[in-house]
Amino acid sequence: MAGSLKKKDPWWLTVLIYLILMVFTLVAVYPILRVISISLRPGNLLHSTSLRLIPRNATLDSYRVLFTEKPFLRWLLNSTVVSGMVTLLGVGLASTAGYAFSRFNFKLKEAGMISVIMTQMFPVTMLLIPLFVMLIHLHLYDTFIGLVIAYSATVLPFCIWQMKGYYDTIPVSLEEAARIDGATHFGAFYRIVLPLASPALVITALFSFMGSWSEYLVAAVILNDRRLFTLPLGLKQFQSNFDTEWGLYAAGAVVVSIPVILLFLFLSRWLISGLTLGSVKG
Amino acid sequence: MQALVASIQDFFIDLKKNRLAYYYTLPAFLVMGFVILYPFLYNIVLSLSNMSLTHFRNWRIIGFQQYISVFSEPVFYWVLLKTIIWTAVNVFFHVTIGVSLALLLNRPLWGRSIFRTLLILPWAVPQYITALTWRGMFHYRYGAINLILVKYFGVHQIQWLSTPLGAFAAVLITNIWLGFPFMMVIALGGLQSIPRELYEAAEVDGAGRFQQLKNVTLPLLKPVMIPAISLGIIWTFNNFNVIWLVSNGGQPADSTHILVSYVYKAVFNYYRYGYAAALSMVIFGILLLISVRFIKQTRATKGVY
Repeated sequence: MAGSLKKKDPWWLTVLIYLILMVFTLVAVYPILRVISISLRPGNLLHSTSLRLIPRNATLDSYRVLFTEKPFLRWLLNSTVVSGMVTLLGVGLASTAGYAFSRFNFKLKEAGMISVIMTQMFPVTMLLIPLFVMLIHLHLYDTFIGLVIAYSATVLPFCIWQMKGYYDTIPVSLEEAARIDGATHFGAFYRIVLPLASPALVITALFSFMGSWSEYLVAAVILNDRRLFTLPLGLKQFQSNFDTEWGLYAAGAVVVSIPVILLFLFLSRWLISGLTLGSVKG
Repeated sequence: MQALVASIQDFFIDLKKNRLAYYYTLPAFLVMGFVILYPFLYNIVLSLSNMSLTHFRNWRIIGFQQYISVFSEPVFYWVLLKTIIWTAVNVFFHVTIGVSLALLLNRPLWGRSIFRTLLILPWAVPQYITALTWRGMFHYRYGAINLILVKYFGVHQIQWLSTPLGAFAAVLITNIWLGFPFMMVIALGGLQSIPRELYEAAEVDGAGRFQQLKNVTLPLLKPVMIPAISLGIIWTFNNFNVIWLVSNGGQPADSTHILVSYVYKAVFNYYRYGYAAALSMVIFGILLLISVRFIKQTRATKGVY
């Protein structure tokens, strides 16, 4: 089906395919358009039964309030700092650990890989209370460092798995050639393999960033000081009152989502070639 | 696992031989050990204790009492059943929708990259925003879903969030929406790696469209999809955000809970720490069993490790 090169599709099939794709695309995009639409509503129309995508008397008032009257910029800065640190740590540690799992036959390899997968099976509640207690003892409760360490550990398993899968597709002969030319083991990894693995590195970075940019639960447990609040904690505040501040929430949601959506769209080509999960071997 | 039991001496010989491998993995495992292994062990201790609001500081080890109460409360089986339905329905739709769309997108088609880009969007939106947004869309009077149903389909408004069945349908719809792009992307990657010559050979042999799909495409897609599906099962089984945020903590009347949100409620609303720790261990055990069986059955182990 997918590879039929010579035969042309009959017209009804083409129409059908477009129809299906359009229906699914509409379903995929609609909720996003709806949030944008709500964020543009003037205050007196927030409770409205209108389905118009561009509301009557559209206004950017919600955005103005968000940036000038709410500590939104601070949340944005906090989230950027935390996510940036997690990304650096995630990429750094996963690219080396994944390499070892791909290239070496060491004793703890199998146990290590299995434990990496097993961490994914822990229900989040299992880690929350002990983590909370531990961070208090280490005086890391209510600090960014505590949050960054917690996030790095939760994104690492997937990143390691993902990097290992990609390294597996790079022929070992390349490093062997480099070694013969006098490169050290680390040099061969750093100069030859790492650049070749850049699609996977990009994906790993994306996941590390996303994982911390949009995490709510762990942040809610670790952070208490309002000045340290990250975006998810801040935005949830708009919904936690009895009367949801829909306009502010929607405007915040748009601002929070745009960078990740842009990143995703920008990287979507790499996403398909770089996300291997360890088994594409043509 | 056998590697763990291997003699210490062997380990030290290995340490010398593969020193570099240990250097490479050490930092990652330090961080993970700190945040995951220690809490895990701590959780085991808690699950054997009587820690609760009344026994917060003066808790002690009481053995398997908490496990017994987990298995003797009928609500556990009801929530477990719902968790299994939740996982099965979600993963089924994620995979069928994802793979189907990938197959459609993997042919020469005008506007292909536009469709592909737009179809990835649900994945790109942060999960908590998706959940809170869909909660708004399911609102009885002002939510987009009911408005659309009434206006374009002439159906009566549905009580999404206030009835158990409606709320469960709502969380399912939300999670299916946000989960299919992941499977689609994995499937697209897999489809690209299938060599074209195979299709040419199949065509020479006179295989039709459907036969090519059945005998070439799907079997070759399987090794790519199996690890993704295993991960999908685990993630969905443990998906706290969507349930909690769409149904606002299990409303109505704690009827939408799956195991992981039920535990959260036991901890942070009822302060049953020991009980929650035991239940967490049970969840972990169930997932371990499912994944091991699933991986073994499909013989994908080689691809996974």
